[in-house]
Amino acid sequence: MTSDLRDLYQDVILDHGKKPRNARVIDGATFTQPAYNPLCGDKGTLYVAMDPSGEKIADAAYVGQGCSISTASASIMTDFVKGKTCDEALVTFGLFHDMITAPPDQASHRPVTDLGKLSVFSGVAEFPARVKCATLAWHALKAALTEASGEAPRPVSTE
Amino acid sequence: MKTLTAAVVRDPAVAPAPSAGSAAVPAFDVNAVRSDFPILATHVHGKPLVYLDSAASAQKPRVVIDAERQVYEEMYANVHRGVHDLSMRASEAYEAVRGKVARFTGAPSAKEIVFLRGTTEAINLVAQTYGRVNVKEGDEILITALEHHANIVPWQMLCEEKQAKLVVAPINDAGEVEMDAFEKLLSARTRIVAAAHVSNALGTIVDVERLTALTHEYAGNAVVLIDGAQGVPHMAVDVKAIGCDFYCFSAHKMYGPSGMGALWGRKALLDAMPPWQGGGDMILSVSFEKTTYNETPFKFEAGTPNIAGTIAFGAAVDYLTGLGLPAVAAAEHDLLNYGTGALSSIPGVRLIGTAAQKASVLSFVIEGVHPHDAGSILDYEGVAVRTGHHCAQPVMDRFKVPATIRASLGVYNTREDIDVLVRGIRKVQEMFA
Repeated sequence: MTSDLRDLYQDVILDHGKKPRNARVIDGATFTQPAYNPLCGDKGTLYVAMDPSGEKIADAAYVGQGCSISTASASIMTDFVKGKTCDEALVTFGLFHDMITAPPDQASHRPVTDLGKLSVFSGVAEFPARVKCATLAWHALKAALTEASGEAPRPVSTE
Repeated sequence: MKTLTAAVVRDPAVAPAPSAGSAAVPAFDVNAVRSDFPILATHVHGKPLVYLDSAASAQKPRVVIDAERQVYEEMYANVHRGVHDLSMRASEAYEAVRGKVARFTGAPSAKEIVFLRGTTEAINLVAQTYGRVNVKEGDEILITALEHHANIVPWQMLCEEKQAKLVVAPINDAGEVEMDAFEKLLSARTRIVAAAHVSNALGTIVDVERLTALTHEYAGNAVVLIDGAQGVPHMAVDVKAIGCDFYCFSAHKMYGPSGMGALWGRKALLDAMPPWQGGGDMILSVSFEKTTYNETPFKFEAGTPNIAGTIAFGAAVDYLTGLGLPAVAAAEHDLLNYGTGALSSIPGVRLIGTAAQKASVLSFVIEGVHPHDAGSILDYEGVAVRTGHHCAQPVMDRFKVPATIRASLGVYNTREDIDVLVRGIRKVQEMFA
């Protein structure tokens, strides 16, 4: 296996791609956000439950079908954002997005100390065609947290 | 004037027989063909390019590339306008392609060939001109479940405007149009039948002769449009033998430039159709009170066309004609059979689209692996395939898969290409085991 491919398909990603965590419906979720990547057909729904104060994410889950990168990203994201505030989650998406769209010369071995387990996706930077796979669930989260205002949510799209 | 295509013609009769071919197969020297395509020397991720994505767009032989460059270097000027020498040369070369395309498709007259940007634009033209005049409320447009988006959406738009109904003939589990069901869907309400010659997603060759004959027998008010985008690169086409009323295709899938294509239509139909876009070249005279439109086909070609692209399109026609489409079809069929056998023998690989008559396409899924992941890993092996819905989402829905991996063959592909694909699939399976 070439090293670049291993950067993309790290064992953690393969594991979460095969056995996604939080792949369930949250009954009574605060936000229910459809997500769709028309380029490859990946589809899913993100569920977010806020804690009673409405400040922190109490629970997050994602049900959908997609490639291993998008499945693993949704799985690890839903783990990661539990207990975070909306602002913390959105700042994290910014850092995550920067990491996986970094220019190739900066991409390898780039320190991603703030991102913890999310840093397994740093290899995506070498595969621009896969950025949308890794960000589909995140775009859904951003749409849920920033645009939800009581209306029926429109599907978020990576296109 | 210089001849642009003198270097193209390879006499298939003197080409050496392929090592793997049988005596009955027309001579076809794939190694000579490969040497015509400069891009095949490219490496991808350090591996030799194995290009298996010709159904998305085919690579270009040097004669096509040279033809386009030669236009700009030796004869470029606007067409149909100048009395100066360059304009005359460019116009002559440009119009000569109309004749080439007519002969290539068996069209009775060069005046029945409309140059357009491609298949998509051709279908939109027919929908927006013939369709808007002839389709009324309650009428039906009949397509098949094999169609790609370009042969669905223009008709949906027309149906929405006219309160007409889009009717879809089903396909069976092999990916073949169910002709009995198709026949039953024909009626006096049917105004247009539109069908692919070859399915881009599955490779099914549709029996367009039968489909056309059934239409003309059971739906006397209907015209038949055949989308030949995946037909012309792989088989000899004769629109008279098909019996259809419109036939359209793109240059870029038949080794010509992108952004070019042609529509053939029966002259009486084209003459009766209103123009589409207005502008220069499509008029005879213009005043602020009244404009007189130019004759067919020029009334459909507003504005300065893709001059160099058209002339390079002609070079692509010459190239394919020189190879000999019967030889191309036989060689590709042999390779398709080899590929079908090779993929079928891999546990966990399922072919989608198993029609008895197929061309060029091996569409498949790998158990437990999303096509997008397979595409990235194959790319690292130098193998270019398409992964996704192939702009044919209803076909994917029919087979209950979100996407497939599609390996599609062109004149330059070899058994070795298939072998590299097979080894790549095994690597994909190892990674996701």
